[in-house]
Amino acid sequence: MSATQKTSRTPRRYGMVIDLDRCTGCGACVIACAAENNVAPGAARENDRNSISLLRVFTLNNPTAAGRRTAFLPMMCMQCEHETPCVTVCPQQAVELDVLSGIVEQMPQRCLGCRYCMTACPYHARSFNWGDPSWPAGMEATLNPAVAPRMRGVVEKCDFCQSRLHAAQDAAAVNGSLDPGIYTPACVEACPTQAITFGDWNDPEGALAKSGETFAWLEGLGTQPKVRYRSGQNWLHEMAERGGAAPAKEERHG
Amino acid sequence: MADMAWVPTTMLDRKFVPRGVTRCTPARFSLWLTPWCLLLGLGLWAAYLCLRDGLLHTNMDNRFAFGLWIFLDLAIIAFGGGAFFSGVLLYFFKLKELNAVIRSAVLIGFLCYSGAVTVLAIDVGQPLRAWFTFWHPNAHSMLTEVTFCITLYLCVLAVEYLPVLLRNRQFRKIPSFLVFEWELHKLIPVLAGIGAFLSFFHQGSLGGLYGVLRGRPFAFRESFGIWPTTFFLFVLSAMAVGPSFLLIMTRVAEWVTRKRLVLESVYVRLARVSGWMLTFYVLLKSIDTMVWLNSTSRRGGFLPWEYYSWEPFGVWILFVEIGLFGFVPALWLMRAGKVNTSWLIAPALLACAGVALNRYVLTVQTLSLATLPFDEFLSYTPSWQEVAVFGGVVAYGVIVYSVLYRYTRLFPQEQER
Repeated sequence: MSATQKTSRTPRRYGMVIDLDRCTGCGACVIACAAENNVAPGAARENDRNSISLLRVFTLNNPTAAGRRTAFLPMMCMQCEHETPCVTVCPQQAVELDVLSGIVEQMPQRCLGCRYCMTACPYHARSFNWGDPSWPAGMEATLNPAVAPRMRGVVEKCDFCQSRLHAAQDAAAVNGSLDPGIYTPACVEACPTQAITFGDWNDPEGALAKSGETFAWLEGLGTQPKVRYRSGQNWLHEMAERGGAAPAKEERHG
Repeated sequence: MADMAWVPTTMLDRKFVPRGVTRCTPARFSLWLTPWCLLLGLGLWAAYLCLRDGLLHTNMDNRFAFGLWIFLDLAIIAFGGGAFFSGVLLYFFKLKELNAVIRSAVLIGFLCYSGAVTVLAIDVGQPLRAWFTFWHPNAHSMLTEVTFCITLYLCVLAVEYLPVLLRNRQFRKIPSFLVFEWELHKLIPVLAGIGAFLSFFHQGSLGGLYGVLRGRPFAFRESFGIWPTTFFLFVLSAMAVGPSFLLIMTRVAEWVTRKRLVLESVYVRLARVSGWMLTFYVLLKSIDTMVWLNSTSRRGGFLPWEYYSWEPFGVWILFVEIGLFGFVPALWLMRAGKVNTSWLIAPALLACAGVALNRYVLTVQTLSLATLPFDEFLSYTPSWQEVAVFGGVVAYGVIVYSVLYRYTRLFPQEQER
């Protein structure tokens, strides 16, 4: 895209608000994400620490509340806006913050596999391809032709379904516009309870602006994540406000 | 390697041994090299597995993205800091005693750096894309600075060592080599200056790698300009520990060869330099730790003492690093000349252990600690392939050092005992 085009429309700041009180932990978003982005099925050697997971759902328990409370927390790349930790550390510009969309983009074709970005990410939202991805015979037919599978030795992460953004850009171009508008990432589409709202933080009339009071995890780090959460449960707000150094009392399931 | 009477077994070997010194028989030398060659072979096999199948042969994972290799790379690069710092002391501060160890220092530096770069080439997922960093450099990344400086410095070290190699008896018979060596020799102070500049930046950038990690409050530090405090602490610690490591290696070489390789005054000089630098480093490290505990970490929403609530990383690790492995060897090394020189290896070892512990804490403890409040504290044990690859690098260092000791004059003051 040329410099002229870059300045010819108002930049968007795509983001999400996830309603934790609506999330049932069904995992449909995880499956939809993996299918959309051609994530290879886990091999026998893989576990929750070395497999590819662009979107995880954590189970949070609050044993101190009157009556045990449980919440499910979908977590992907938070698309940090300020001093994006992974962008500044990548030695060969394989990660960049797109000024037109606000999405932190990952370029596997340029990635060296040094994993410095994974070390830098406070949300542990990045996965490394420790081995060659492979699909059982016949399963290749299910691959999404709009998304290139990643090779061994590179890092990947959620990019708000870039292929869908590109499709929206193409559709807009047909109509003579450069603005892709609000498209729908796979996880948003799959969520049966509509717990995930996708939109543009720059749009004062948009869905995100109307989400009411939201909070982010690790807000104290100052990275201004564009994926935010909402909940009416105070214990979740309190948990989000503190860092992870203290021994956590809650259970966690990847 | 061990000292023996001169036994001319092969003419070829004798032709290359420098005049005026004796070396053990080729058979005995081969015997010394055999276990190291086996270790090198094992390391090469493990490296081949990692390159063939990917890094699934390691025990690193998405949370423990760095492991044994990065920790040991950081440590040996700090130890190799003796090369640039000795050059500065000799050529710019005119500490002439260091002439006795400068060749060894440059060789150790080269081996440390080349070994570290080799391990890094296996550690990255796509080693054939290493050149991308030069083609698409991110000026904001500390790793870009590290890559540029280490690559250039490795070249400088190779050129710096070339005159010593060309001074071999057989090479000196070729007139053009002699002229080249003479011309190159005149450039050595310039190269030492360039090397010091490059080394300063990459030692610092290695520290900066961690200090800039805003998302890892355990590692994140305050900045001066674009550089976090760890940048300066890594430079100082490398300057402090470099001479100590040189002292250890020279002493070990004396034990193995059973020869007096340098005068005692050289040890005293190395120890004193190391002691003063270590004192300066540990003082600044203490101040930095206090600022981090009381200000930096709290601002990010993390109570620093909670980092130490996970065993085995208790508060003891902080006191051991700064006290036992910091102030104790610093004071001991500064007293060199007043204490028995043969004991100086003990504080030198403590100093090296302190800097290695610092690199360990910044690599392993940083990654063990969770940032998210519901996430787990994780542990990691390296796989045999990770250990073997590093063992192979150590073996490579020993083999090259041994061969070059045998065929070049690494120590101009070498005497038969």
